[in-house]
Amino acid sequence: MKYIDEFRDGGIAHRIAARLADESDPGRSYRFMEFCGGHTHAIARYGVPDLLPANVRMIHGPGCPVCVLPIGRIDMAIELALKHHAIVCTYADTVRVPASHDLSLMRAKARGGDIRMVYAVDEALAVAREQPEREVVFFAIGFETTTPPTAFAIRTAAAEDLRNFSVLCSHVLTPPAITAIVDASPDPASHAVELDGFVGPAHVSTVIGSDPYARFARDYGKPVVIAGFEPLDVMQAILMLVRQVNEGRAEVENEFTRAVTPQGNRIAQELMDEVFELRESFEWRGLGSIPHSALRIRARYARFDAERRFGLAYRTVPDHRACDCASILRGQKRPTDCKLFGTVCTPETPMGSCMVSSEGACAAHYTYGRHGDDAQRGAA
Amino acid sequence: MSGTVKPGYARPLDLKRGRVDLGHGGGGRAMQQLVRELFHAHLGNPWLAQGNDGSVLPPAVGRLVMSTDSHVVSPLFFPGGDIGSLAVNGTVNDLAVMGAKPLWLSAGFILEEGLPLLDLERIVTSMAAAARNAGVAIVTGDTKVVEHGKGDGVFITTAGVGSLDDGIALSGDGAIPGDAVLLSGSIGDHGMAILAQREGLGLETSIVSDCASLHMLTASLMKRLGPSIRLMRDPTRGGLAATLNEIAHQSGVGIEIDEPAIPVHAPVAAACELLGLDPLNVANEGKLVLVCAAEAVDALLAEMRAHPLGSEAACIGRVREDARHFVQMRTRLGGRRMVDWLSGEQLPRIC
Repeated sequence: MKYIDEFRDGGIAHRIAARLADESDPGRSYRFMEFCGGHTHAIARYGVPDLLPANVRMIHGPGCPVCVLPIGRIDMAIELALKHHAIVCTYADTVRVPASHDLSLMRAKARGGDIRMVYAVDEALAVAREQPEREVVFFAIGFETTTPPTAFAIRTAAAEDLRNFSVLCSHVLTPPAITAIVDASPDPASHAVELDGFVGPAHVSTVIGSDPYARFARDYGKPVVIAGFEPLDVMQAILMLVRQVNEGRAEVENEFTRAVTPQGNRIAQELMDEVFELRESFEWRGLGSIPHSALRIRARYARFDAERRFGLAYRTVPDHRACDCASILRGQKRPTDCKLFGTVCTPETPMGSCMVSSEGACAAHYTYGRHGDDAQRGAA
Repeated sequence: MSGTVKPGYARPLDLKRGRVDLGHGGGGRAMQQLVRELFHAHLGNPWLAQGNDGSVLPPAVGRLVMSTDSHVVSPLFFPGGDIGSLAVNGTVNDLAVMGAKPLWLSAGFILEEGLPLLDLERIVTSMAAAARNAGVAIVTGDTKVVEHGKGDGVFITTAGVGSLDDGIALSGDGAIPGDAVLLSGSIGDHGMAILAQREGLGLETSIVSDCASLHMLTASLMKRLGPSIRLMRDPTRGGLAATLNEIAHQSGVGIEIDEPAIPVHAPVAAACELLGLDPLNVANEGKLVLVCAAEAVDALLAEMRAHPLGSEAACIGRVREDARHFVQMRTRLGGRRMVDWLSGEQLPRIC
């Protein structure tokens, strides 16, 4: 496949692996966090850890849209379906996230809730047009990548005067989440893992550009290399990070120049700004409440805001006591450190959100990486 | 009364504009007519013609193998096949991979009120063609009708009986460390052909389902090289990944496959890429997975490739010792990863 196979070439992978082996300093360790679930998935699916030197460890970050959704937000979507009898449309993995009362959207569907999995928000708009007598809510999740399409859908609904369509906006922002991780880093009480750098987001960065990461390099001294989601992108980014560390540099570098510019996509940014504003605070699963880290719908589009339309109130719900998703999302623990991993918590019966999406650290390790557990490799 | 109406005349089924109604499942004359004019007309054979509650079949040579399969695919018609051909080939393939010669099928239909008779005729015609091609007879059947909205056009359950020659004992627990794993051709074609037809995805592709009957291929392999074949499977729902995991668990072994060796057609790979699916998990309806003694690989591959359904056959991996019964894959990048069962439902109603 043109423009895909080139980025999965085994020969080039071995050349990068050889350079990594050559350039990495055996006298030290390198701990890099890949923020995005897309990278986590690529690393696991293509067996990238096998190609890295033993002292280069990848730590999975919280950039999995489904994983960071707190139980309370899922409860709101379930309430819309079961109590308000709305048609709730959402992206596929979201329906499997465990919620309160042993429910998930999928289980709510089995109890009669009208819940539909969609590939794109346009499908939710189409449902609203086809069934004007029903309330249709799009449960919008994701980082800056999925936000512009939601903004466009709201603007479209306004232009069409679609009166039965609304959005449960749970869009979150990448830079505040990285801030939360680096802020926790020097605090010994948090047992946070010391990070040597970040593999920066791919698709998110096409929207926001590479500039927003500058302060992580400048203020925190953490190198950031923005990388595409193909396995060779990730390997090249890791090599670039190793070089920065070796040379004592902390800069934002862009491996993904074929799609990411410093300023990002201005049109998408303006569209988001027109429809959304910052929330004061938003609770993330694993990371807790982070100020100005998520978006809500502006007052001028209030009638498309499901929270206002149905008078929904957010309620914090604690995770399962034995579930280590919080520590895993902060990079403090590996999936195999969790007592529930692979026993009561599996992709079929997820207890925590990291086991739900294929981008989640636990699901990625369970699906692709368990063969290395005995040798204590591949878990990284 | 005038004499213009012939005594005993019944208006034939209106196959052009008619639709299934509740009367077609009511056990009365309307059902009799549907059975006679549609099912018997297309599927006709001496056993079906007996017209009894059960069909009396002649004795078969060897042991009998029996299998059953229900089909709920949506849409009913798709590039490369339809629910009728799928229902016949699905059960024929289950018998064929046991090393059996498929002989007889039963067919149970659950029809939804409102189904156009034209569609039903098209489906039954397709079943007849698939049965003729597979050399099997549909010897008994049943029809029920459910109210509009309680079904989705038509669901078909087939059961099949085949005969097994003496000495053949293929079983999922037959794989031994050191054996080779062969695959008859490309993966993911059926699942992606169905998915591309679904509304809302806006996919325009040339992907055609691989829906086919494997009995000729399996028969020739068994005849020429039977003793070196440990087991055969047809990887349907859950894809190649599910089948390999089943074999690994049943045989108590590990399996290692090579990603670059597995044929995937470019449009399938592209569609999977777009939708975030792994071709290893996508359904097939005319592919064969075969585990054999390592020394028989070349001869079996040559035999497979000589058959139209095996022209892209490849050796994709080997059986190894592994107490955890993992299926692992050497990725094209040169790394290694597990190949697990799919969790949840990748896409419902594919077969």
